[in-house]
Amino acid sequence: MGSSKVELVQLIVGGTAQGCVYGLIALGFVLIYKATEMVNFAQGDLMMLGAFVALTFIGTLGLNYWLGFLLAAVSMAVFGYLLDALVLRRIIGQPQFAIVILTISLGFLFRAAAGFIWGQETQSFETPFTNRIINAGGVILPLESISMIAGTILLAALLYLFFNFTKLGNAMQAASQNQLAAYYMGIPVKRINSLIWALSAAVATMAGVLLSPVSLVDPSIGFLGIKAFAAAVVGGFGSLLGTVLGGLIVGVSETLAGRYLPPGFKEIVAYLIMLAVLMVRPQGLFSTMQRKKV
Amino acid sequence: MSIASTNVVIPGLVPGTQPSASAGASGTMDPGHEARDDNAEGSARRSSLFAAHDLSIAFGGIKAVDGVTFDVKEGEIFAIVGPNGAGKSTIFNLISRIYEPTGGRLIFAGEDITRVPPHTIARRGIARTFQNIELFEHATVLDNLLIGRHCRARPNVLAELLFTPRVRREELRHREAVEEIIDFLDLANYRDQRISGLSYGVRKVVELARALCAEPKLLLLDEPASGLNTEETEEVAYWIEDIKNDLGVTVIMIEHDMSLVSAVCDRVLALNNGRTLALGSPQEVQSNPAVIEAYLGSDGE
Amino acid sequence: MRILFKTSYLDDIRLFRHGGTRFWYGVLIACLVAAPAALGEFYLGELAQIFILAVAGVGLMLLIGYTGLASLGHGAFMAIGAYTDTYLVTQGVPFPIAFIAAGIVAMAAGIAIALPANRMTGIYLAIATLAFSQIVEQVVVRWESVTRGFQGMPVPPPEILGHALSRPWEFYYLCLAILVLVVLGAINLTRSPTGRAMVAIRDSEISAQSLGVNLVRTKTIAFALSAGITGLAGALLGHKLKFISPDAFNIILSIQLLLMVVVGGLGSIHGAVYGAIFVGGLPQAIALMRDHLPGAIARTPGLEPGLFGLVMILIVLFEPLGIYGRWLKIKAYFEYFPLYRKATFKRQRSYLKTERVR
Repeated sequence: MGSSKVELVQLIVGGTAQGCVYGLIALGFVLIYKATEMVNFAQGDLMMLGAFVALTFIGTLGLNYWLGFLLAAVSMAVFGYLLDALVLRRIIGQPQFAIVILTISLGFLFRAAAGFIWGQETQSFETPFTNRIINAGGVILPLESISMIAGTILLAALLYLFFNFTKLGNAMQAASQNQLAAYYMGIPVKRINSLIWALSAAVATMAGVLLSPVSLVDPSIGFLGIKAFAAAVVGGFGSLLGTVLGGLIVGVSETLAGRYLPPGFKEIVAYLIMLAVLMVRPQGLFSTMQRKKV
Repeated sequence: MSIASTNVVIPGLVPGTQPSASAGASGTMDPGHEARDDNAEGSARRSSLFAAHDLSIAFGGIKAVDGVTFDVKEGEIFAIVGPNGAGKSTIFNLISRIYEPTGGRLIFAGEDITRVPPHTIARRGIARTFQNIELFEHATVLDNLLIGRHCRARPNVLAELLFTPRVRREELRHREAVEEIIDFLDLANYRDQRISGLSYGVRKVVELARALCAEPKLLLLDEPASGLNTEETEEVAYWIEDIKNDLGVTVIMIEHDMSLVSAVCDRVLALNNGRTLALGSPQEVQSNPAVIEAYLGSDGE
Repeated sequence: MRILFKTSYLDDIRLFRHGGTRFWYGVLIACLVAAPAALGEFYLGELAQIFILAVAGVGLMLLIGYTGLASLGHGAFMAIGAYTDTYLVTQGVPFPIAFIAAGIVAMAAGIAIALPANRMTGIYLAIATLAFSQIVEQVVVRWESVTRGFQGMPVPPPEILGHALSRPWEFYYLCLAILVLVVLGAINLTRSPTGRAMVAIRDSEISAQSLGVNLVRTKTIAFALSAGITGLAGALLGHKLKFISPDAFNIILSIQLLLMVVVGGLGSIHGAVYGAIFVGGLPQAIALMRDHLPGAIARTPGLEPGLFGLVMILIVLFEPLGIYGRWLKIKAYFEYFPLYRKATFKRQRSYLKTERVR
């Protein structure tokens, strides 16, 4: 292959990998939104905490990577569950705005806590993927990128099966559309919501761990969550597949913009895409909004 | 149809512009301007205030309203009845311009309003209430009513920021107008209370009051008696009569309560599945076989 | 227990409810005007900072508290205001004109974002404003011929009629004057048709429209006013900091503005001011407490935002009406004494009703 083609492929793979991380973070948003109609502005910071927890298990305590990964995901799931059960349940029914404020503030708190517990310096831990590459016919692909892509595909498939073929998935839909009615139907709404938060936190942890070889770990990596919003917006906050797709679009566009467009575009391309989607199809590409019947 | 352009002002709907299709049993306009309607109070000459010609709207493949034609005379109380899902509220939403019709026209006070922007409807003289009460929850009754005056105000941001004497005068004028409606509907006790603390029956009256504050010529009431007990329904009947007699407002109401309809309405339009079943006096419509079938089902079902 | 008897419509719309209110506000104004005589340079600067934040808060509150349109990116308008003002002043434009121009340019930006925003609701709008602010930040960074990018721009003191307001008390009065004007304007808006239309949009767009409210026009006005006022605050902030750079107006600022408005009490002008007092005073409070906190916590760089976040969480959970709400309850206690009932402000249990159908 010609060298510019090789470069293009490498860029696209890198962009896809980055997009997968955005997609994973956005998946967490969308999971929570589909179930409870809350937008969790602290999702990126959950990812940050997950990465730090993994750092503790794998780096500080020296556990095996996969074991540490699993433990981190489980701990964060518990944390997510408790977060909902203790804090977020109290504001169910309040307008969206209150929830926005609450989750933003939680993000602040997480960042401060992380800085306090682990310090502000950038750290990292050993992964099976760090600095390893595979050579596919002349194209150099970092294993880290492959891991991000593979992990995302796997998770997306699992979630798809879960939501479409299990009773729990249906129950979650009901609870999100009319809680009072769902209560009447005997659905344990509160517990389901907490489970969703647990799931979301675990997904965020996965994103953080997969991302750590590239971005390392420090309290500010949560800001990536803002860009992940673009992915969620493209997906319309409604479709898991759309969200991942959205992430890919953003990730690849970003990488290509960084290479081919003047400086500064790379930073804003995610937002331009977001605004474009919001203007052309305000309800997102996969809409779940309907006109109110008056 | 011979109406030439969309914005031609036609004084009343004079002959030559009548709907070509028959509009039901009775109630078609007559060049002599005489209301043939047996139940019309007095046979005074009445011109048509509002008319819908062949009104249609389809959502996807479903025709929610299909070729409905009717007219409402000035000073009349007109009812639209029909089973749930017949298209009644949809017609209101078409008149308020919340929806775009896929066919047909709407004429009000001689002007074609089929395509006008929704927020201009109030200024033209049409106000409405909503089936599910769309009041401003966090505001007081007084604030709600003051917003009802919006179409009679001429907002000017710069003047308002400075609170010029003109703004002050206007403000006092609107407050006075609102107080008259409060007196008219006996809402004085609730003036300064927030909507969120009010009972259902009171909220319905507030919505009515808010619509009246807009000084409408035509008032659309969407199920004014739904959810009310017998006494409250009787009150509603009195309000509607007062609105017609004291304020000279023409009323179109959607209603399920046939006793209320018989008591106050001059003419009734019965719909089913978006189509006209019958149009005439309450007695005529109630005894119309097609209407009975739609409500009660036929023997063969 | 005070019972108000109103005898004319004027009683409803006048600025001060009764003699008591007039008295206390009079005292407040007198104190503020006399402050430079009593306070030193540092505290005057802190008060000026609070005034600036309050102006921005009123601007943001107009948008969120009244129209219900959320904005997570108001820092961008402050940036636009600050850079416009600084650029014009350094080009020789007299300060009063540059200042007004800053407001107008920010207003134009507000209108620019209002046009697409008209079609978005709720959370999508919030995210769009977020995106907008990030884009503005990048533009500021890259448009080096005007903004000098990351290098930043020094800001000269404001000059009125040739006299530079370089002394702290002069700047203090400038900020106070702007704040008073902005607050008066906002109050006037609330007792007039446009202000009511804005509140109507927040609660029910459909019925507002059916009563004659032009949705597009009203929302655009709300954005324009909000952006303009915030732009003015930005310009003042530039003069206070004496140096501006893109970092000064980042997303943290936008979120702080938002949280400030909520802390104070959403939907009221008092709230914006209380919030400003809180945010402005927080660093001082932390500095005072630092000596008493365990060493490890006190030294954390992220303490201030972390504490801020904690307070916000408590507010949302326990006192969503914010500081102003709490103050109202306290006042009600005294006003109704001894008939005050604890259940007066009890919140109803509420269930989530989907907002996906508007």
